[in-house]
Amino acid sequence: MKLLFELFITFFKLGAVTFGGGYAMLPIIQREVVEKKKWATEEEVLDYYAIGQCTPGVIAVNTATFIGQKKKGILGGIAATLGVIFPSLIIITVIAAFIRNFAEYKVVKNAFAGIRVCVAVLIVNAIIKLWKKSVVDAVTFCIFLAVTALSFFLDVSPIIFVVAAAVIGIIVKNLEVRKKC
Amino acid sequence: MLMLLLRLFYEFFKVGLFSVGGGLATLPFLQEMGARTGWFTTEQLYDMLAVSESTPGPIGVNMATYVGFTTAGAAGSVVATLGLVTPSVIVILIVALFLKNFKDNKYVKSAFYGLRPASMGLICTAAIGVVLITLFNIDLFRETGKIIDLFSFKAIILAVVLFALSNIFKKIHPVVWIGLAAVVGIVFGFAA
Repeated sequence: MKLLFELFITFFKLGAVTFGGGYAMLPIIQREVVEKKKWATEEEVLDYYAIGQCTPGVIAVNTATFIGQKKKGILGGIAATLGVIFPSLIIITVIAAFIRNFAEYKVVKNAFAGIRVCVAVLIVNAIIKLWKKSVVDAVTFCIFLAVTALSFFLDVSPIIFVVAAAVIGIIVKNLEVRKKC
Repeated sequence: MLMLLLRLFYEFFKVGLFSVGGGLATLPFLQEMGARTGWFTTEQLYDMLAVSESTPGPIGVNMATYVGFTTAGAAGSVVATLGLVTPSVIVILIVALFLKNFKDNKYVKSAFYGLRPASMGLICTAAIGVVLITLFNIDLFRETGKIIDLFSFKAIILAVVLFALSNIFKKIHPVVWIGLAAVVGIVFGFAA
């Protein structure tokens, strides 16, 4: 019980101090979980992190679940996850309630009109960064182009593209392996 | 109310299960969700994204909390966030139990080879939407037919400056640019 509480508190702290989610969280996880608590080794954390990126969902949550379950099984995984999402729940709910009450003020409207421009720039920056990791050859470039064009013009759920791309990935990679043999 | 909460949970469960590669990957799913359910507008979604990027916590979780609150109040926050993380918890627990070498598995690797560019394509489409709404006045252009009305020059200048600054000073946290953009928006009356 004490360990569950400790897991919750440690990941609560992580959720409360990291801005920008998954990628920003790694150095802080290393400090808190590896150096202070000694719950996992440096290599294990990097492995969890890599798997967290290769599984669906939010990377920070995936990593929290992993470390939690390693220390205390399923309950540990749940405790760590609840810890990491708790600060967001409180902070965002308070801000959302506040903004709802002030949304009609001219100052707030102007501020958000400016902020939206910044959000557009930040997304473009993120895409540039992701490009190197995801578009690695002709096939991945084609998948990227096809998904961008189809999702822009067709009004279908993104789920279809995600599932189709995974299937294409498996087929293409396995054909490549056969050719080599 | 109970039906709405159940639907929120179900919708965010789907987002958590199918969005791959971190917080921004949830954006295309949320855009589609807003258009389909009418729970929030695209502009509202971008405002939520700005708040999510400038507050602590994982972006995906922040977005779920915000959308949940907008749709169904504080109970909605909790339900949407739990919906988002439930697939993660289940998938990770299974991965941890059964597959020690999950990330080196042939099928996992090849699936992600296809998934990554697809996820990027979806984010790219979302980005095109954001750029069209913030930098162009398509409605005004349709009304007047004048090419000059198509561009929001103030917004385009701010975007170019922010893009340059954020790529020169890469170490500076995005929250600084968001704050700067808010001040510029207020001073130059961007909403007008």
